[in-house]
Amino acid sequence: MLKIKKSNLDKLYAAISERQILYVPCNVAGKPNFAVWGEGADVDLVSLKTVKSAKEVFFPQCEDIASFRKEGKNISVKSEHKESGDFVVFGVRACDCKSFDILDSVFLADPVDTFYKTKREHGTVITLACSKPEETCFCSAFGIDNAEPEGDIATYFAGEYLYWSPKTEKGLNLTKTLNSLLQTATDKDNDALEKEQKKIKEITGRLPLYVLDLSYWEADDLLEKFNSEKWKALSESCIGCGACTFVCPTCQCYDVRDFDKGHGVQRYRCWDSCMYKDFTMMAHGTPRPTQMQRFRQRFMHKLVYHPSNHEGVFSCVGCGRCVEKCPMHINIVKVIKTFGGDDK
Amino acid sequence: MSVEHESFKPTIVAFCCNWCSYAGADLAGSGRMQYPANVKIIKVPCSCRVNPTFVLRAFQRGADGVIMCGCHPGDCHYSTGNYYTRRRMTMLFDFLDFLGIERGRTRVEWVSAAEGARFASVMNDFVKNVTELGPNRKITDLRTKPEHKEGE
Amino acid sequence: MQKVAEIAQKRAIQLLNQGVVNRVIGWKKGEFGYDETPAVFTTAAGIEDFRYDVFSAPNLSKYLIDESKKEGKILAFLKPCDTYSFNQLIKEHRVNRDNVYIIGIECGGMADINTIRNRGAAGVTDVADNGQTVIAHTLYGDVTFDKNEVLLEKCQACKGKKHVIFDELIVVNPQDDEPKNRFAGVEAIENMTPEERFAFWREQLSKCIRCNACRNVCPACSCLQCVFDNPRSGVASKASPDTFEEQLYHIIRAFHVAGRCTDCGECSRVCPQDIPLHLLNRKFIKDMNAFYGEYKAGEDSETRPPLVNFSKDDAEPSVISDKGGDK
Repeated sequence: MLKIKKSNLDKLYAAISERQILYVPCNVAGKPNFAVWGEGADVDLVSLKTVKSAKEVFFPQCEDIASFRKEGKNISVKSEHKESGDFVVFGVRACDCKSFDILDSVFLADPVDTFYKTKREHGTVITLACSKPEETCFCSAFGIDNAEPEGDIATYFAGEYLYWSPKTEKGLNLTKTLNSLLQTATDKDNDALEKEQKKIKEITGRLPLYVLDLSYWEADDLLEKFNSEKWKALSESCIGCGACTFVCPTCQCYDVRDFDKGHGVQRYRCWDSCMYKDFTMMAHGTPRPTQMQRFRQRFMHKLVYHPSNHEGVFSCVGCGRCVEKCPMHINIVKVIKTFGGDDK
Repeated sequence: MSVEHESFKPTIVAFCCNWCSYAGADLAGSGRMQYPANVKIIKVPCSCRVNPTFVLRAFQRGADGVIMCGCHPGDCHYSTGNYYTRRRMTMLFDFLDFLGIERGRTRVEWVSAAEGARFASVMNDFVKNVTELGPNRKITDLRTKPEHKEGE
Repeated sequence: MQKVAEIAQKRAIQLLNQGVVNRVIGWKKGEFGYDETPAVFTTAAGIEDFRYDVFSAPNLSKYLIDESKKEGKILAFLKPCDTYSFNQLIKEHRVNRDNVYIIGIECGGMADINTIRNRGAAGVTDVADNGQTVIAHTLYGDVTFDKNEVLLEKCQACKGKKHVIFDELIVVNPQDDEPKNRFAGVEAIENMTPEERFAFWREQLSKCIRCNACRNVCPACSCLQCVFDNPRSGVASKASPDTFEEQLYHIIRAFHVAGRCTDCGECSRVCPQDIPLHLLNRKFIKDMNAFYGEYKAGEDSETRPPLVNFSKDDAEPSVISDKGGDK
């Protein structure tokens, strides 16, 4: 276990940035989001959650994938795939870190998404334990320990220090380059850290959504869930925006679009939302014409389809962003509670 | 500043109504009155045909200035079209200013079919103003620039 | 407030039992006391979950576009500002007035959970409203706020406590209609230099994630197919791969609701990135008031909005741009 004084963090950012790009939660116009660190950046490690999750670093909202150019009678096609440079993401919470596993299970399965893969290979994830969990958090329901995050390096705030614990080879390699800034933690430090973690665990145990019964979703009765009458009432007030999907760390659907540049075509992919009317639009129209169907799709995917294709792993990490951001306060917790109620 | 401007030739999009302003432009042409060749005229049935998206599209795809020309108020071929244009474009252009886009890049002028000379002088003046402002960088899509190569 | 909620609840049950209406649209309690969800109640028993307090902010008028076209009459509780939106929808023939029974409900201003969070109350598990103060019960202790300090932006700039359309009213504590300056925020930006204005909006709009929450919540956005969803419009895009697209989306949206926007403030309330979208709409309202006379969209259901109207002696665009400061 290593440590660095909180007041020295700027030096740490600068040292990392010297060698590679550093993504860290920064406040821009009053909102924390992951951004590239630069001199004078307003780093925010206090806010529990960035608006958009850390998935954006590996799976950006927009990404060019190919371009076309017409020259005479020929059309040239060029892939936009590039090998990523090494980079570091710092300040990833335990839930977001877990979401990378879920994204991996989709993007790294055959056929491999090379755009995502190269970023995963070159990115070092530095996680940060949560000091002040909030009411919207329910990561515990998915077996995530917010006080003991995974990642290449796990870090923890306690007292005056940020504690630093490399977990993988990637993490160790990065740590080596920062040796001059990091000190070895003493037994006293370890005690302080243990105390802090105990405190976090105590708060986590008091979270209103700490206990969330997911047993209904583990049962194998897909059609019963699909045909349930409950979807109608649940989805009634959904306005069909994509706020929940775009802040979600595990949503991975994207659309492919072309932009006519006037002198060629840029093909890019961008996040899509199953809440939108034109989601998976086909020549015959949309397969889910009503908002109820679209709403159901989102939660069935997270709680039924994904687990049944991926060894029972739910496509939700309980970060609570959708709980916080839905304009009408509809969210996965309400869905789970409604179904997991009396008639389970 | 001026070094850049000397070589800079702005792209100007002029929306001209079929009945007055376009005829005015025609007259300017047949009367051999000089106005810069970088004014691209788009003929519309009436100035009120111009949807604000058209203006934004012009800026997106490389215009450095957009000018809206129609019949003088009261002379609209369809009686009242340009009265709506007047309100609509006042609102839009003031709004673009609110977003920090230079006011000099947008203008509304009334040019009748008989005012060939006026058409030429309006265009000369507008082009001069936009040239002074320099290239439009605030409200344009960088992907449409010729220098935008794939993946850059 | 609690008394108002009780009366409303009783009245809803009464109207349902009498068969005057077959559904009730109101707000339903959530998980934490601040997350009320709009809900349609069909039975008297269901109305037990009805809530009306400082977090009943969602404007129900937009739901009435669909609800008023269904079988039978629906009872809708509308706050003063919501009634403007409803009136505007009548003007645009988007709702069936005959199918809606409107109860105008008293409003003392709605609180903003984000402001409460930003002011240091993390982990809010419940909120109590004592009229003058709002107490946030959090995982880390209670925090008390002056209610006026945690109001939603739309309520800080409240345009009046008068209901402009209703079948009956529930007003227990009549409130003063003190007019507030809605345009201070717009003026502050107008007074910046063009470069400052550009930098301000560039930073704000760069946060936009194109989730469309502002559009979908907006009662004025009632198009069956939005231009941004129409693949043939040439501007449809699901994301903003270029900064231009961020501007385009918000300019077009603000312009399209100009003259029809009732300033209900829902766009700013729902924005996950806290972009002050109301400033865009208010700029249009301010300009239209200045150039074409005072106009409040939704104040009535007949008059023509300024942008589909004209007068022969309207100000010339050149005159206005001349007086508009820096060129």
